Amino acid sequence: MLTPLQIIFYVFAAIAVGSAVAVITARNPVRSVLSLVVTFFAMAGIWMMLRAEFLSLILLLVYVGAVMTLFLFVVMMLNITRETKQDGFVRYLPFGIILVVLMCGLMLVVVGPHYFGIAQMPAPAPEAANYSNIQHLGELLFTDYVFAFEVAGALLLAAIIAAITLTHRGPMKRKVQNPADQIAVRPEDRVRLVKMGGRA
Amino acid sequence: MVSLTEYLMLAAFLFGLGIAGIILNRKNLIVLLMSIELILLSVNTNFIAFSYFLNNFSGQVFVFFVLTVAAAEAAVGLSILVVLYRKRHTIEVDNLDALKG
Repeated sequence: MLTPLQIIFYVFAAIAVGSAVAVITARNPVRSVLSLVVTFFAMAGIWMMLRAEFLSLILLLVYVGAVMTLFLFVVMMLNITRETKQDGFVRYLPFGIILVVLMCGLMLVVVGPHYFGIAQMPAPAPEAANYSNIQHLGELLFTDYVFAFEVAGALLLAAIIAAITLTHRGPMKRKVQNPADQIAVRPEDRVRLVKMGGRA
Repeated sequence: MVSLTEYLMLAAFLFGLGIAGIILNRKNLIVLLMSIELILLSVNTNFIAFSYFLNNFSGQVFVFFVLTVAAAEAAVGLSILVVLYRKRHTIEVDNLDALKG
């Protein structure tokens, strides 16, 4: 008999896997991005079940709100209108399926219930009512991992500078008047007097 | 209760789908980047599941840093993509063979 928690888990898991399949099979890249957003939402629900409230909300706010929006901007800005045939898709499909089945099968054997079942790894006791995930995470982040935290900040700064430097195009060339050239112009440069050899 | 193995199996499925996306997709570099995001998501789920069941918070801190690096990677990757599109007017993976790789 499924408990309500298990039902919630399986619903979220089905949504996540289904939309992940849509990400890699959709022909329109905009649909791929939107499917990935759905996957992120479902996985945020799963993370919430694992009591990682802060990271779950960060996934929604930062990932869905910023990174996926950036993806969507780029997809729409590049304007890939022509629907290319996915001939490579069919060509590589058998190879891909074999590889993925092998890899997934291996991982499922490894993480099977033999070692990680509920008997081997019992869930921890529920926390007290005033327990704060964010407080716990923040205490750890600002004491033990403070150097890594600072390095992450420097990394983000480097990424900002790199992204701007890569895409910056410099000032556009405009057509402006040059008064010095305009004053210095001579009649000989502009008008050519042609002497026509005629009678008279 | 949902056991750890179910979370790990879900993460394994998502990882496999991300790998499949990298193998199958030969047309669009953006979908390639999104497959990488899928793989990172599954790895993060593994970290969080183990963090919960082992009652150890270091896993969540690690996920925090992985998210940071993934955001930086997406920003730089997309800007490279934009520059590439300006130069070559294509982002099809099959056409990007200047390095003969």
